[in-house]
Amino acid sequence: MPDDRIKLAHGSGGALMHDLIARVIVPRFSNPALVRLEDAAELADVAGRRIEGGRLAFTTDTYVVQPLFFPGGDIGKLAVAGTVNDLAVKGAEPACLTLGLVIEEGLPIANLERVLDSAAATARGAGVVVVAGDTKVVECGAVGGLIVNTSGVGVIPDGIALGSERVREGDAVIVSGTIGDHETAIVIARKDLRVEEAIESDCAPVNGLVRRVLEACPETRVMRDPTRGGIGTTLNEIAAAAGAGITLDERALPVRPAVRAVCDILGFDPLYMACEGKVVAIVPPGASEAVVRAMRADPLGREAAVVGAVGGRRGVYLRTGVGGVRPVLMLEGVQLPRIC
Amino acid sequence: MTQDARTQLEILRSEAAAKGLIHRIHALVDRPTALMEVCGTHTVAISRWGLRSLMPPGLRLLSGPGCPVCVTPLSEIDRAIEAARLPGAIVATFGDMMRVPGSTTTLDSERARGADVRIVLSALEALRIARAHPSREVVFVGIGFETTSPGIAATVLAAERDGVRNFSVFPFFKLVPPALGMLARVPGRTLDGFICPGHVSVIIGSAAYEPIAGGFGIPCVVAGFEPVDVLEAIVMLLEQVRGVREGGARASVETQYRRAVTAGGNRRAQELLGEVFEVRDAEWRGIGPIAASGYGFRERFRPFDAGARFRIPATTAGDAAGCICGDIMLGRRTPPECGLFATRCTPRDPVGPCMVSSEGACAAFYRYERGGARVATGAPAAAGEHGAPAGKDDAAAGSGRRSPGSDSDA
Repeated sequence: MPDDRIKLAHGSGGALMHDLIARVIVPRFSNPALVRLEDAAELADVAGRRIEGGRLAFTTDTYVVQPLFFPGGDIGKLAVAGTVNDLAVKGAEPACLTLGLVIEEGLPIANLERVLDSAAATARGAGVVVVAGDTKVVECGAVGGLIVNTSGVGVIPDGIALGSERVREGDAVIVSGTIGDHETAIVIARKDLRVEEAIESDCAPVNGLVRRVLEACPETRVMRDPTRGGIGTTLNEIAAAAGAGITLDERALPVRPAVRAVCDILGFDPLYMACEGKVVAIVPPGASEAVVRAMRADPLGREAAVVGAVGGRRGVYLRTGVGGVRPVLMLEGVQLPRIC
Repeated sequence: MTQDARTQLEILRSEAAAKGLIHRIHALVDRPTALMEVCGTHTVAISRWGLRSLMPPGLRLLSGPGCPVCVTPLSEIDRAIEAARLPGAIVATFGDMMRVPGSTTTLDSERARGADVRIVLSALEALRIARAHPSREVVFVGIGFETTSPGIAATVLAAERDGVRNFSVFPFFKLVPPALGMLARVPGRTLDGFICPGHVSVIIGSAAYEPIAGGFGIPCVVAGFEPVDVLEAIVMLLEQVRGVREGGARASVETQYRRAVTAGGNRRAQELLGEVFEVRDAEWRGIGPIAASGYGFRERFRPFDAGARFRIPATTAGDAAGCICGDIMLGRRTPPECGLFATRCTPRDPVGPCMVSSEGACAAFYRYERGGARVATGAPAAAGEHGAPAGKDDAAAGSGRRSPGSDSDA
């Protein structure tokens, strides 16, 4: 039946959201920078004026998360790290952010202060400054306590050019650590599940880790931060844009046992679980060892691993732990907990 | 999870353990053979681990009516949607019911229009919502097989004990053994064995399948859900099938999932079910009515029956035209043989029941095997490797591969 209203699934980061963006939003603003639909827009010039020594990267993101405080982070840290990461994976050095707050009436000011302290500490750690902001207050019940928007600007130095179109047969696919930690931590907090191993969100700015990768391998083809939709969706986007095939090796994928257990219980697939402090990098085959080494030298990349390779039929495939092969499609809507 | 349990789990998911079993399966399949699982978790395990890509061409792994969401008829979905439209009502449901199309809309769409529909992981969570909102009616959509229904029976007993008056349940439950009996009676049946559901069997016990094995001569093996569990169960079934075909051995019920399943099952859970529910005839989506295959509330628990409480009568909505979900669940056809599959019917916009839940045969096929290493259950691996589209002849291609000298299908 046709959808004539927005559903929560439209915000899942999967095929339904891509469809909404492509059909309803982009055509109304169409321009060369926007149509690429990458994590950040890449601008060689601003209003006709060239930027000295590089190109501008510009992005925006709005953060809604329940609960506002979760193991490993909070909405303030998430809002700063998320936008820094969108800039970083484009190869940009993040410079400054704006911070917009939509606050619900009744939110304890102490909670707002905790969120802002966390945002400020995260910005300091990432080496970015908050240079402008906005504050709105809405009626109780409208936004679940607090919504945060951040926009960010960074500079992509000359000599760095990342893009899916640069991906080649034989390239290595690398992830910087365990997948699905953020979404699992949120699910545990929301559903009050009892899990033996504490799972914290991996929410963190990855610009330092990205810098190490680019130093170790300036020829890196493309990088992404696999947020909503997980690495399954991110790699599908890359494979589609590159017109390439990617095969992952399940045995090489870093997944925490507790993340796997929560996924098993709820019928979720770790490949589609959101990360907030991880990088997926595709690099030339000869550079994979150097990149993994560079990632592992960073506190956020200790469990970095080569998880697959580019080649074969178009699309994304998984060689499973028992040796079978199956396709990994783009997530359709939200993952829904299964009955049994 | 203890270290021992974790090690055991690693073994049950390891290529080393799988390898020997896969060799054995290839050696045992010397003629076309079809095995059916009747559990959504098995459907997903087979697809998710890519097990079909490892099977010999002559072996078809079929998905029967094992997904409780999929077998819930349109009329029952419509009733849940009616409840969501009641002023002030909260409908609590398992997540995979959200997108199931009723005759005109879904719970998901109703939520987008302002209905209060909440996803819960258990009936107890729904009861908690009822306690937290004493002035509102909380209606739980009770679907599931024998695995799920005892927990819901216990929840209803807790609500009765504590005098929670604003909580009710739609008893849309289904029973597995009557469905197997129906499958066993299908004229021209080509099934050689059942992979019986592990979780359901924890409750009802493996002895529940004796009438299927004894009465219809169909080998039954109760299987666990890890890939090595499923592979081992397939080996056990193929060995039984060979014994029955060649040596005149009698079909029997065996249990591969011995770490969880006993012959008698969980007596306490069975008592709970007997206390709260009575067995009734039930309608299965895509299949039709099956005698004594569902539950209704006993008289004492009528106040908790959402259908009676809100006078939401059963409707007579029928299944969608062109949909072959019934045949798929009966093992007659596979998802790619359906004209709607992956065109008009997708997980985002499902037409038939098997596409609706992630556990459904069509949805699992769409997600894990469409364009995969093997495109259809019966197709030789080579067809898939060259990216041949799934066609209507896939099943025939499989049976055309029977070894020389073998006689017809079982």
